[in-house]
Amino acid sequence: MMLIPCPWCGPRNETEFHYGGQADVPYPAEPQELSDVEWARFLFYRANPKGLFSERWNHQAGCRRWFTVRRDTTTNEIFQDDSHEAVTR
Amino acid sequence: MTGEYRLAEGGRINRDRPVRFRFDGHEYEGFDGDTLASALLANGVHQVGTSIRYGRPRGIASAGPEEPNALVQIEEPFPEPMLTATTVALHDGLVASSLPGQGRLATDPDPARYDAINAHCDVLVVGAGPAGLAAALSAARSGARVIIADSDTEFGGSLLGSDEELDHAPAGRWIDRVTAELRATPEVTVLPRTTVFGCYDDNYLVAVEHRGEDTFTRQRTWHVRAREVVLATGSHERPLVFPGNDRPGTMLAGSARTYVHRYGVLPGHRAVAFTTNDSAYAAAVDLHDAGVEIAAVVDVRPVATTLWTARCVERGIQILTNCAVTGTSGTDRVSGAQISPVPSGDSAPTVASELDCDLLLVSGGWNPAVHLHSQARGTVRYSEEICALVPDRATRGVRTVGAAAGTFTTGECLRTGSEAGSAAARATGFDADPAEVPSSPSGPVTPPQPTWLLPGLSADSDHDQFVDLARDATVADVRKAVGAGMSSVEHIKRFTTIGTAHDQGKTSGLLSSGVIAELLGVEVAQVGATTFRPPYAPVAFAALAGRDRGDLYDPIRVTAMHDWHLAQQCPFENVGQWKRPWYYPRPGEDMDSAVLRECHAVRTGVGMQDVSTLGKIDVQGPDAAEFLDLVYTNKMSTLKVGRIRYGLMCHADGMVFDDGTVMRTDEHRYLISTTSGGAAGVLEWLEDWLQTEWPHLRVHLTSVTEHWATIALAGPRSRDVLARVTSDIDLAADAFPFMSWTDGTVAGRAARVCRISFSGELAFEINVPWWHGREVWDALYEAGSDLDITPYGTETMHVLRAEKGFPIVGQDTDGTVTPHDLGMSWAVSKKKDDFLGMRSFSRADTVRSDRKHLVGLLPPADSAVVPEGTQLVELSELPEPPVPMLGHITSSYRSAALDRPFALALVKSGRDRIGQTVYGHVGDRLVPVEITEPVFYDKEGNRRDG
Repeated sequence: MMLIPCPWCGPRNETEFHYGGQADVPYPAEPQELSDVEWARFLFYRANPKGLFSERWNHQAGCRRWFTVRRDTTTNEIFQDDSHEAVTR
Repeated sequence: MTGEYRLAEGGRINRDRPVRFRFDGHEYEGFDGDTLASALLANGVHQVGTSIRYGRPRGIASAGPEEPNALVQIEEPFPEPMLTATTVALHDGLVASSLPGQGRLATDPDPARYDAINAHCDVLVVGAGPAGLAAALSAARSGARVIIADSDTEFGGSLLGSDEELDHAPAGRWIDRVTAELRATPEVTVLPRTTVFGCYDDNYLVAVEHRGEDTFTRQRTWHVRAREVVLATGSHERPLVFPGNDRPGTMLAGSARTYVHRYGVLPGHRAVAFTTNDSAYAAAVDLHDAGVEIAAVVDVRPVATTLWTARCVERGIQILTNCAVTGTSGTDRVSGAQISPVPSGDSAPTVASELDCDLLLVSGGWNPAVHLHSQARGTVRYSEEICALVPDRATRGVRTVGAAAGTFTTGECLRTGSEAGSAAARATGFDADPAEVPSSPSGPVTPPQPTWLLPGLSADSDHDQFVDLARDATVADVRKAVGAGMSSVEHIKRFTTIGTAHDQGKTSGLLSSGVIAELLGVEVAQVGATTFRPPYAPVAFAALAGRDRGDLYDPIRVTAMHDWHLAQQCPFENVGQWKRPWYYPRPGEDMDSAVLRECHAVRTGVGMQDVSTLGKIDVQGPDAAEFLDLVYTNKMSTLKVGRIRYGLMCHADGMVFDDGTVMRTDEHRYLISTTSGGAAGVLEWLEDWLQTEWPHLRVHLTSVTEHWATIALAGPRSRDVLARVTSDIDLAADAFPFMSWTDGTVAGRAARVCRISFSGELAFEINVPWWHGREVWDALYEAGSDLDITPYGTETMHVLRAEKGFPIVGQDTDGTVTPHDLGMSWAVSKKKDDFLGMRSFSRADTVRSDRKHLVGLLPPADSAVVPEGTQLVELSELPEPPVPMLGHITSSYRSAALDRPFALALVKSGRDRIGQTVYGHVGDRLVPVEITEPVFYDKEGNRRDG
């Protein structure tokens, strides 16, 4: 049960959140200008790294805020911004 | 009660409180403070059941949760399968029976109550032996919020099973003093009989508290979030592998010592101790002093330590060094042990002597209980020094001390525990110094001699050299696995099942690694050990469920009119968490006849339905129109105030995921509806786009589902009924056109009335504040009584909409269906620059001509309804597999209006096949079905204005 830092509500139990997948995959500015391959890259291709990963979470059972955290996928430690200091606990 | 096996005095049992219990049909007596195992031993009962594979008699082998053998089924007071007799606290009225390795579920429901509790603390100490108590004391004195939990009924850990002294007084005094201080400290929670069984991310630990059989709540699950954790979970003694090592009467040496000191029980009268280390000597000496004859201490080491040699000589206990037990005899209980000099090389051992005994003590060293450390993702390493796994790298905020860290002298356990407790408290911001600890006379512990397999034994003896007693797995099984080419301990575990029983390999895990290492000719460190996973000890499902069972399993959402529906005794359909009336049977009606009647009423007269469960989201802000244009496939900015439009929502991949109506209530305000089950998901999804992609849009979203109770009034007579309860709304078709809304008064209450129809008939949706829902429902029902107004449920709604070809998202779609596949291109704007899903409509895959289309199906008029999910095939006879599938039926009903069965289906190139016959595969038959347009009834839409 991870402790996830909501920017509004502070650290809360993982069960209050919904996972939102990889962060920083912006909706293309001009989707109609993209080739099928480029559009498919936006739709379907996501990173799945072992180690640090920027990902989105939604505090669904709380304030409904969407936000980004960096998590080490091997340890579930969560880091803030560019720091290597874990924020939870 | 003192007898042959119960000492006249001593032990921590309460001799003033005898306890009667039954085991395997016999009446016995024990004392308060006994476990079931200690009470059985006190009555001379060693054998508890038979083994799972070979049916061999098995006895009590330990005194704690590591017990591999003594599984019992509890019959009374509450039925529970597969508990270890060594952890069942004895109480009056206990009825238990032995088990051949496998439990049986009770047929009666468990009437006991189970609870859950959440807790937060600065420092959680797991284990209340010398290290845990010292840690808790240091942390508690700093003012930190401390929880200390221990599986046992009383604190003290290993001290309870010995006669050790602390500060030159019995250790019990120190335990009592520390426990009393902890109990008296306001910020400390003291939890005996509480097993911490799981250690999860970010120091989230879960424990089960056994509160006793006569308490209000039998067991309670603790969910603890701790800032710092001190693990003082102790260690488990390891048995030894030798032929016949499973006979009842074979017991871990330390456990025998516990039975003497803690329970005043003699586990036998004449014992042989077989050991690789010092701890069996302590057991032999203590048992001797308590009156057990010690036939010999058999030590595989060439030389015994001076200290223990001296103590044995004092007592006349024979020590046989460089010797091993290479066989046992006896039927239901061990009666003798064969002793051989430890063979060198491959030469077979020669039995030098056979010693009579009724108790065989074994000790192969001690395994630190690294389970929780490892569950928390700490790493372990094999220590050559203690021949066991010890914690290596710890996760942040987790400290392991005492025997769990491989520290085996009481003095060191106390010192390191005290330091860990203060360090943990300091890490959470408290000014903590290590508490002073008492002096302990216990000397240094000499390391065991690594002994996994006795050399020189013939392969025949493999079959009764047991590695995992609980699984009846032997050296022969391991040899077979290794012979098959396996070298990974994880593979061998799964092949042999070693370590997979209720005890999860507490005694057998590392032992099997050692045996594997010997067979492979490698170091134990290279073999390693299998992963430690929660739960540390078995947990009853009832304890995990707590009160979240039955009606409390999941939240139940009901509408304002729910009591009325209940009074009609209608069955309910679960839609998400909502309870929706399914149909309203009249006396004697089944579902089919009720639904036909309800459908007929709506098509010819008037019906009413509670549609309050539809999701409703209030969308407000200057950019609301722009926002909705981006998330719906059609254009909502052109919708005029007062009007309503149907809308489809697609994900960016172009697949439909929800639909509903959009009502413009003001220039900058819309009320949108969603499917009943999809409301939360739609809101989350809208928030996602608003917050992360278009934060510049000034829009706010509010869920208002439960603000409005909504009643659908449908049928050609619906206008007549509504007219009777409203005077300020002009209901004429031209004044109040289809797909518009108006505010007015209905049955004396402010209402928002919409002309929306999901049946194709003239229909009104009346929205009133939730509080007035029941009242307005009653008024409408009353107003329509002379017209036989008919309440209808979700089934009738589904039939009526299917007759009109209206899809249900999630039933007729499955996340792979575009608006065009549904034949709803009319709901996709061609005038917008972009909206979610738009780009995907021109992907190569979405423009394929053989995509599945939503079409209608007509089975023969006199046939039965073809089941939903039926696969459709091309030919009237099945070809050889693989049979190409054309699609499947998504909705299928009998139509009252058409007087025949009909269906909707997703069919490859379906719209190009209209008029063709395909076949539905039902059971072993193929039913011909004709493909049609999806609209079966009132294709022209003439009925919507009445």
